Amino acid sequence: MRKVAIYGKGGIGKSTTTQNLVAGLVELKRKIMVVGCDPKADSTRLLLGGLAQKSVLDTLREEGEDVELADIRKRGYGGTWCVESGGPEPGVGCAGRGIITSINMLESLGAYEESEGLDYAFYDVLGDVVCGGFAMPIRDGKAEEIYIVVSGEMMAMYAANNISKGIVKFAASGSVRLGGLICNSRAVDNEAEMIEKFAAKLGTKMIYFVPRDNDVQRAEINRKTVLEWNPAVPQADVYRGLAKAIDANKDLVIPTPMEIEVLEELLMEYGLMEAA
Amino acid sequence: MTTAMKKKMVQWDATDIKAELLSKYPPKVARKRAKQIMINEALQNDTPTLTANVRTIPGIITMRGCTYAGCKGVIMGPTRDIVNIVHGPIGCSFYAWLTRRNQTDAGPDGENYMTYCFSTDMQEQDIIFGGEKKLAQAIQEAYDLFHPKSIAVFATCPVGLIGDDIHTVTKNMKEKFGDCNVYAFSCEGYKGVSQSAGHHIANNQVFRHIVGENNEVKPGKYKINLLGEYNIGGDGFEIDRIFKKCGITCISTFSGNSTYDQFASSHTADLNAVMCHRSINYVADMMETKYGIPWIKVNFIGAKATAKSLRKIAEYFGEQELIDKVEAVIAEEMPAVEASLVDILPRTQDKTAMMFLGGSRAHHYKELFDELGMKTISAGYEFGHQDDYEGRQVLPNIQIDADSRNIEEITVEPDGTRFKPRKSDKEMKALDKAGYKFKQYDGLAMDMDKGTLIVDDLNQYEAEKLVELMKPDIFCAGIKEKYSIQKLGVPMKQLHSYDSGGPYAGFQGAINFYKEIDRLVNSKVWSYMKAPWQKNAQLTGSYNWE
Repeated sequence: MRKVAIYGKGGIGKSTTTQNLVAGLVELKRKIMVVGCDPKADSTRLLLGGLAQKSVLDTLREEGEDVELADIRKRGYGGTWCVESGGPEPGVGCAGRGIITSINMLESLGAYEESEGLDYAFYDVLGDVVCGGFAMPIRDGKAEEIYIVVSGEMMAMYAANNISKGIVKFAASGSVRLGGLICNSRAVDNEAEMIEKFAAKLGTKMIYFVPRDNDVQRAEINRKTVLEWNPAVPQADVYRGLAKAIDANKDLVIPTPMEIEVLEELLMEYGLMEAA
Repeated sequence: MTTAMKKKMVQWDATDIKAELLSKYPPKVARKRAKQIMINEALQNDTPTLTANVRTIPGIITMRGCTYAGCKGVIMGPTRDIVNIVHGPIGCSFYAWLTRRNQTDAGPDGENYMTYCFSTDMQEQDIIFGGEKKLAQAIQEAYDLFHPKSIAVFATCPVGLIGDDIHTVTKNMKEKFGDCNVYAFSCEGYKGVSQSAGHHIANNQVFRHIVGENNEVKPGKYKINLLGEYNIGGDGFEIDRIFKKCGITCISTFSGNSTYDQFASSHTADLNAVMCHRSINYVADMMETKYGIPWIKVNFIGAKATAKSLRKIAEYFGEQELIDKVEAVIAEEMPAVEASLVDILPRTQDKTAMMFLGGSRAHHYKELFDELGMKTISAGYEFGHQDDYEGRQVLPNIQIDADSRNIEEITVEPDGTRFKPRKSDKEMKALDKAGYKFKQYDGLAMDMDKGTLIVDDLNQYEAEKLVELMKPDIFCAGIKEKYSIQKLGVPMKQLHSYDSGGPYAGFQGAINFYKEIDRLVNSKVWSYMKAPWQKNAQLTGSYNWE
């Protein structure tokens, strides 16, 4: 089983990209579990067709110790298992601790057991790694393969660089590696070239370029992934391509994050260039 | 004592001992620790020479406790009719429950909650989803069961991390009940550099939420408050006995065997007598500013110190009736003390003691060792500040660091209606002319002999090293040090909890202490003990920076 975590700046499109990617992998006949690690519990909405999912932590709170796997995971699009970690309402308690508890609970209930026959476990993690809890998926080998969703906007690249620093920290003591950058385009000038260069500096590669397309929004309004909503649109092929690229990817590296000055130089170089 | 005898006792050289204590440390640690180890000059300095109240260096096994221990354990622990609820996982509550041997009587109303251990018993889900609702429930439950006058809530570390708003919860509950004062302490263990921060947080809230709540004038003459007395092993009972005998009315004790109402009416007293300078001097200052009550430093540990403190209180009130009564009481109590010393002194004379305690205790108990003819060769505080070592005159020159700034200081104004100077200017001037000192504390260093070692925030390693080098006849500290010191073959007396003894305050307490120390320093049992490594060869090694 490949254990994959998707990180990236808040609002960059992690949940959307993850679920569309998962739909692409489903077409490749892969068996997948998606674990949403966001207190808002909205990481599996497109796979479940908008169905509200009872989170692990809510279940744990109500049922006490008597929790079964069936209580906390739900079948979604193409037979994927969907789990939402959940967490407290904003401004209360400790969401990070919640993620730790939730992943431990999944493990002890055997959600990752070989008998489950999973090819992939995906973690969709809250934007910034603000504290230890949110780093949980990349600690202790919970996730071994990280993809960072990024765009050509400065703050997105800045966040990607910081996440890489986190990976370096945990790579030293565990098996976590960076698989590559997924460029979720914001139609910035020279975006693909810049992200390719950025990826090279990080010691990895841009695994796929996802162009901006309003069909993604249309599918979302219908609470579906693009592949389920309309498998014939061009964007569906984009996600198929992304799924194939990740399925075939064997390049897992310890990233080489850069100083902020280097990052800014990169932005200057590409941002000021004439659009091709 | 003759000079020749003194020389014989001081066989070691303080400079060498200090160098030896520091020799195993890495250079940077040695540099920092050197500032906290002082070869005493017994001078009254204006600028502090010893560093205190600073962070313990990570890796050092300190004797210190945490802020929560200072707030819940030390200051609020001895209050009997306040329900003290600990908001946190169960261990913090259980291990802070009755462990200081604060004694109490249930009083005429029988209200005594000290024997109960109240906790919200936070579980993982309370950490994740927040514990405010559970806290409100716990307060409600305590109220329904006991209908206490007051409920106090203490924050443990996780509460601060997850940001439960305990002050809003308690405020709402107070409004809901109407007849029960509910308030909270943000005394998370990680705050401050030692338990001293916890004392401050506790006292600030007591001052803010309780003092001044009851204006009823209590009966009695010569009304005082005794601040910084915690009734360990019954010390407070002995002091109360003496006060009663003298005709002194103790309105409130902060906080040994105390009640809510004592705190609430403490502003009606006419003098604040401060025992533990460290834990409570700022309350005395605030009460002086707000209500006009002057304060003096007293010490009821040691028979002579007790007599001196009683005379000081009597002199303040200045009435012959009280002065005569105090003299009569001293005259009545001292013969028993002296008789006890006639028997014991020959066996304790010239023996040596070390004390590493609290923020005032190491100073107070020196009085008792002096009475026993014993020399305190090394002493220090766990959490004392520079003024506790070198006197209040260094206060203007203490540099306030960021750690201290993190602990709230309350700014107090004179109370519009209740501020009342207790003495006229003329009376104050007369007292001053007679050499009477208010707000005066000279600190430990002044009373320690020249050339003795004063060590701040002593740790496990240095404690063992000091014992090994200076071989005292007795070592006094707390439970954490007890057994490691005894294993070195030296008798150890706990002066936080008194082991199972006490009281040691006042006149009868002094006699108890003489007997106890006589028993300990003249017992041969420790010297018979040999550990395996004292019989067989040891492995040796060296550090890589050597």
